[in-house]
Amino acid sequence: MKAAPFEYVRPDSVAEVCEILAADEDARIIAGGQTLIPMLAMRLARPTKLVDIVRLKELRGIRSDDGAIVVGAVTRQVEVERSALARRALPLLMKALPWVGHPPTRSRGTVGGSIANADPSAEIPLVAVTLGAEIEIENSGGRSSMPADEFFIGAMVTSVIPGDCVAAVRFPVWSQPRLGTGFHEVSARQSDFAFVAAAAQVVLDEGGRCIDAVLGLGGVGDRAERIDVSALIGADVARFVISDLVRSATEHMEANSDLHVSADYRRRAAAVLGTRALGDAIAEARAADGMAQ
Amino acid sequence: MKVTLKVNGRLRTADVEPRKTLLDTLREDFLLTGSHAGCEHGVCGACTVLIDGEPSRACLMFAVQADGYEITTIEGLAPAPGELNVVQDAFCETHGLQCGYCTPGMILSAHALLEHNDAPTRKDIVEAISGNICRCTGYGQIVEAVELAAERLRQTNVPRHVDGTRPNESLGDSTTTDAPKAAHTPHGARR
Repeated sequence: MKAAPFEYVRPDSVAEVCEILAADEDARIIAGGQTLIPMLAMRLARPTKLVDIVRLKELRGIRSDDGAIVVGAVTRQVEVERSALARRALPLLMKALPWVGHPPTRSRGTVGGSIANADPSAEIPLVAVTLGAEIEIENSGGRSSMPADEFFIGAMVTSVIPGDCVAAVRFPVWSQPRLGTGFHEVSARQSDFAFVAAAAQVVLDEGGRCIDAVLGLGGVGDRAERIDVSALIGADVARFVISDLVRSATEHMEANSDLHVSADYRRRAAAVLGTRALGDAIAEARAADGMAQ
Repeated sequence: MKVTLKVNGRLRTADVEPRKTLLDTLREDFLLTGSHAGCEHGVCGACTVLIDGEPSRACLMFAVQADGYEITTIEGLAPAPGELNVVQDAFCETHGLQCGYCTPGMILSAHALLEHNDAPTRKDIVEAISGNICRCTGYGQIVEAVELAAERLRQTNVPRHVDGTRPNESLGDSTTTDAPKAAHTPHGARR
């Protein structure tokens, strides 16, 4: 459990990071290291060079910008958990964060690291896909952004190419009053990798009709997926049978089998957890308005 | 590479390969063997130390990354030689340890929890130690130990921060704290 030798560098700017990465395709970025270091220890990864970005101020912080919350890539997960701004504006992310690892890994693990790592069962990528976040990427050509849905390709595979550095994640903020969120997950033990995780966010109007609703599922296939729940929009949620909608949307999902659970299990869990997450979100949105359950 | 680390309030220097973990450096270069090597890939929690007051895995950080942080190991927790910190004492009293392998990590995780919450619920405690694996005592007495320590802390007449938080906890939103920071908590001394 000792890493193979590598060179360690800690550049002072993102520009320098991109330069180093472009010059050496076996160089890798390290931020919180909570996934990369185990991979190095098990020698599943053998980079020539580790480029440490975790102290770059330009990649750190949580700020409000034009209807979105921009979380710098090296902002630690625990910092988001404690941020009053994130608590107000990103309730779904706040519900998902306690499921990310354990307190001692959230104290070092970063938001951008979880995004760049693209684990199919990871919660932060799931929230990013569910809410339609934008991933900001920096390289020698400057900064650009890409929808989360395009960014994630497969298990641990993203659209970043050598020379790219994930710089920030831009989460859209839903500012309507009757908003509710739901997050459910099933794993072997609390904080283990999710077999399936479900994230939902809903907005209702005064009469209890759904104005907007999103549902995302993680851990089922090779990447987090957004499920089509548009049938809910415009409907009176008190009369709507969510479980039928979610079941029909998930029964043909591509799902992985592994030594823990089968693909069938994952599809069933996706239907159940998706229904619960949406149900929670609706209940919360109704409660936000003082509507009776 | 030469690194200078601030461990338990003292600056220590070591010449390490970049691939040497903070854990191995603490144990081999500084002879602080209270941080235990268990799985060495971030699962068991035996190597937990505090970095700027926050529980972190010493096996999931290289020593070359650790300069500038306040690192606290189990050796730095007791207020004076021969004495025990309130959490350590509570573990002894409730039989919260048997073989002792997980104990330093458990105590540091519990200490970090109690630093900002001296009235934790059972759920808070379980969550705080969820990243620490014990294979002999079982978790019942460990949770009891943390409850006892919390109770004693509530009863002690020691001033705490006005808002009940540690200095690095109330983070501004656009100016989340940068990694290395000046000293804030005297090691071992509770505020």
